[in-house]
Amino acid sequence: MKAVVTVVGKDTVGILAKVSTACVEHNANIIDVTQSVMKDMFTMVMLIDISDLSTDFSALQNGLYALGDKIGMKIHVMHEDIFNSMHHI
Amino acid sequence: MLNTKDIFETIRMIDDENLDIRTITMGISLLDCADADIHRSCEKIYEKITRCAARLVPVGEELEKMYGIPIINKRIAVTPIAMLVAVSGGNPVLYAQTLERAAQAVGVNFIGGYSALVQKGFSAGDKALIESIPEALATTQHICSSVNIGSTKAGINMDAVKMMGNVIRRCAEITKDHNCIGAAKLVVFCNAPEDNPFMAGAFHGVGEPDCVINVGVSGPGVVRAALAKCPTEDLSTIADVIKKTAFKITRMGQLIGTEASKRLGVPFGIIDLSLAPTPAVGDSVAHIIEEIGIEICGGHGTTAALAMLNDAVKKGGVMASSHVGGLSGAFIPVSEDAGMIAAAENGTLSIEKLEAMTSVCSVGLDMIVVPGDTSAATLSAIIADEAAIGMVNSKTTAVRLIPAIGKQAGEVLEFGGLLGTGPIMPLRNDVSSEKFINRGGRIPAPMQSLKN
Repeated sequence: MKAVVTVVGKDTVGILAKVSTACVEHNANIIDVTQSVMKDMFTMVMLIDISDLSTDFSALQNGLYALGDKIGMKIHVMHEDIFNSMHHI
Repeated sequence: MLNTKDIFETIRMIDDENLDIRTITMGISLLDCADADIHRSCEKIYEKITRCAARLVPVGEELEKMYGIPIINKRIAVTPIAMLVAVSGGNPVLYAQTLERAAQAVGVNFIGGYSALVQKGFSAGDKALIESIPEALATTQHICSSVNIGSTKAGINMDAVKMMGNVIRRCAEITKDHNCIGAAKLVVFCNAPEDNPFMAGAFHGVGEPDCVINVGVSGPGVVRAALAKCPTEDLSTIADVIKKTAFKITRMGQLIGTEASKRLGVPFGIIDLSLAPTPAVGDSVAHIIEEIGIEICGGHGTTAALAMLNDAVKKGGVMASSHVGGLSGAFIPVSEDAGMIAAAENGTLSIEKLEAMTSVCSVGLDMIVVPGDTSAATLSAIIADEAAIGMVNSKTTAVRLIPAIGKQAGEVLEFGGLLGTGPIMPLRNDVSSEKFINRGGRIPAPMQSLKN
């Protein structure tokens, strides 16, 4: 099972590190990362494996949402199936 | 592989364009709860609903978190209660109270099925149930009621139409201190679908399985946002954009429906492909019409634009779902749609235009507030007109009118929540239909019914 983490906001130092650390704390394996910075707008999409989480999925979500609030970034964590079903036939 | 553009498109639809699952509705058959003793029957109903739907709300909340998509309502639809009244006799309001207790116990937003199907005539229990609707709706909070008074196959039961005019008035009168809310929870149908997940008209038809999950999606805001990117394109392109958007919306409903059915261990029934508006800004069907190019919804051209919208939504949605059912089309409830409210307030949108619109969209005259002195016969005549449109066009039509007791055209009723704000719309044609309604009897089924 995989989930997609998106992070959007003003670019600052260490965003990738902080988000990755939060994933590690819940034992979510990072499979793929793409990021771009346009002017000072930071956008990152991360694909993570949630099959072997050390906590449940909502604890991971809450952890990342709290991190988002703390560092002033908009973070979403959603199961990959919603994107697959919406955009693939 | 997922691409970033698609991911952000989905997130934008949910965050900015009000995309949501309007409802997961569990249909529960109560046929095995019927008992000659009404108290015993009520006990069985309570036991069955609280057993079948025990996990409905928690599962809905789990899915919301998992997929990051809001699921606004969790609802239950049951077998038309008139059938249970037929077996047990007694005061039907006892059933309403039982359903209310069960709804509160499992935490659902609404429970529908305080209903009777009388398109061809009344059987045991039907009249008693219909007469009890005002009291049942006034003394409960979560119950919705519907009565099917006509169909393409059966024609229109004009005795029932006459009764319903009185019932609607009575519903409004006894809840007049609460914005006449009773009438907002009652729908009169022609060709009622048996698997509709939307309220107030949801009930669980007799041809349905014992327990089933139906899903209603929403998403007018998403369609409007997609159209906003096509300011000058021709209507073939516009129809295409609507289809593609409807496809995406429906795929999400399909995902939630199949996942909910798996987790609850209940078969998946249908997706209702409806564009259901809410009073929230940016979640309006009227605004789609306006985006297509009518200055204000209700202006000339509205019916054509709505016909195209309704058709394109179906075409896009059909391929996205394994089973489509319910009402499936665009809803035009006046009080629940910010654009409709504005158009009604400035007088562009009239009840006559709405009636024309109902001949091409999925439901009917929905959530329309009329002056408090509107007579029962006039309400009945409006029902008859609307039912005739449904009967002849082999489609569902419905009437949900709220007479604003003690108020006049130009004032408003504030319902709050999903029900919104209802500007009181004038009935321009104030002639009497009394003689027609008092004739009673049945309007015979039209030629369209003879398909065999």
